[in-house]
Amino acid sequence: MAEKLFPTADQTVGPYYAIGMEYEGMEELVPHGSAGSIVLSGYVYDGKGNPVPDAVVEIWQTAPDGSIPAESGNIRRKAGVFSGFGRSGSDDEGRYQFTTVLPAPTEPGKPAFFSVIVFARGLLARLHTRIYVPGPDLDADPLLARLSPERRATLVATEVPGGLRHDIHLQGEKETVFLAFN
Amino acid sequence: MQNDIPKGANYPPGTPTQADIDAEIADIAQNRPTSADPNWGAHRTLIDYPPYRSSILRHPSADLELVDPETIELHSPAFGHRDVHWTEYDLTQMVNGEPQGERIVVTGRLLDTDGRPVRNQLIEIWQANAGGRYRQKKERHPAPLDPNFNGVGRTLTDDEGRYTFVTIKPGPYPWPNHQNAWRPAHIHFSVFGSKFTERMVTQMYFPGDPLMPLDPIFQSITSERGQKSLIADYDHDVSVPDWALGYRWDIVLNGSNRTWFASIDGPEEEE
Repeated sequence: MAEKLFPTADQTVGPYYAIGMEYEGMEELVPHGSAGSIVLSGYVYDGKGNPVPDAVVEIWQTAPDGSIPAESGNIRRKAGVFSGFGRSGSDDEGRYQFTTVLPAPTEPGKPAFFSVIVFARGLLARLHTRIYVPGPDLDADPLLARLSPERRATLVATEVPGGLRHDIHLQGEKETVFLAFN
Repeated sequence: MQNDIPKGANYPPGTPTQADIDAEIADIAQNRPTSADPNWGAHRTLIDYPPYRSSILRHPSADLELVDPETIELHSPAFGHRDVHWTEYDLTQMVNGEPQGERIVVTGRLLDTDGRPVRNQLIEIWQANAGGRYRQKKERHPAPLDPNFNGVGRTLTDDEGRYTFVTIKPGPYPWPNHQNAWRPAHIHFSVFGSKFTERMVTQMYFPGDPLMPLDPIFQSITSERGQKSLIADYDHDVSVPDWALGYRWDIVLNGSNRTWFASIDGPEEEE
């Protein structure tokens, strides 16, 4: 077996991530209010339930037909092209928000979800998670199937008028399930 | 001799000293080997790292759930030349004039753990100016802003995974973690891999910086090998005569924790 290269270690985004990571339109994967658009939003909390006002939440998702976006345009959006990636910095109340479309499963019978990564000041390494779209296929998911109801609930969004609501708890009783990959 | 050097800040009672933080860092390095952490591995950044006070309430207590990546997670967002203008690699030419400080070239390759180049992917960087000041409202360090330096750059890797930035060497800066706390000079890097599982944000440091041993953010990686992965090499072949000093730093992305245990931690034990 060929020797693997040693992976570079993670470090926190720190307090000034906005200097380097913010760009206009980063939260709008599709134009706000456009046909079929939804709002995905929620709050990021710390272990005491206080809002985290300096977190970055990123989503990466399929198109509504289940295809994987391959086109660029994730920084300077192209009209009519869905490129699948969005970034939102939490505000003073810890709130993040995206305008996007509902993802669809890549394979029939699997549930649809947003692939999510979280960074924050105070968080020394990335945290991967998922936000599942509520629906009948959730039981078919191998990750959700093995979690306790409380843990599973931290990965499934709630339907609200106009879209989905989903909070992220970095620590504590309602701590979100975070992922490592095989 | 008389002088006018300020005597320092008035810290709230109970603010730890550098000696307190040093003792905590040493204790963790000795008594909490990171290999005991099943999810984060022997060389991984510790997310539960109290010497960095802001980390205490901002890391999950439960183990990470080990999962097979789904299809979407094995792909990555695409960025193109519409997203990143080709001039954005040069942080010294973003405003009207040239910034103060030591001009440097930072270059390297973006690779996966198999050594494959990550092609045409986005790298974003941000940093303090030569005086250690970030261009942001919340910043309180009384070092001067530089009207000719924003401290932001972007580029796309080429077909061999190479990237290059031209910038100025950032200064160290004070922060409120403990008394007389200073961050070593660093450049923040945000990188995408060929899979979303590989996406990461980190910081690049400069060789020989005396602040690295004192810094709880850098020390949150407890293995020497892990720490070295964040320190650029001074490379005289990258330096440009009469113009800039050169640093080389390769970034290796890892989307799988299992890889480390099987192939990386093993061989290193034998060294």
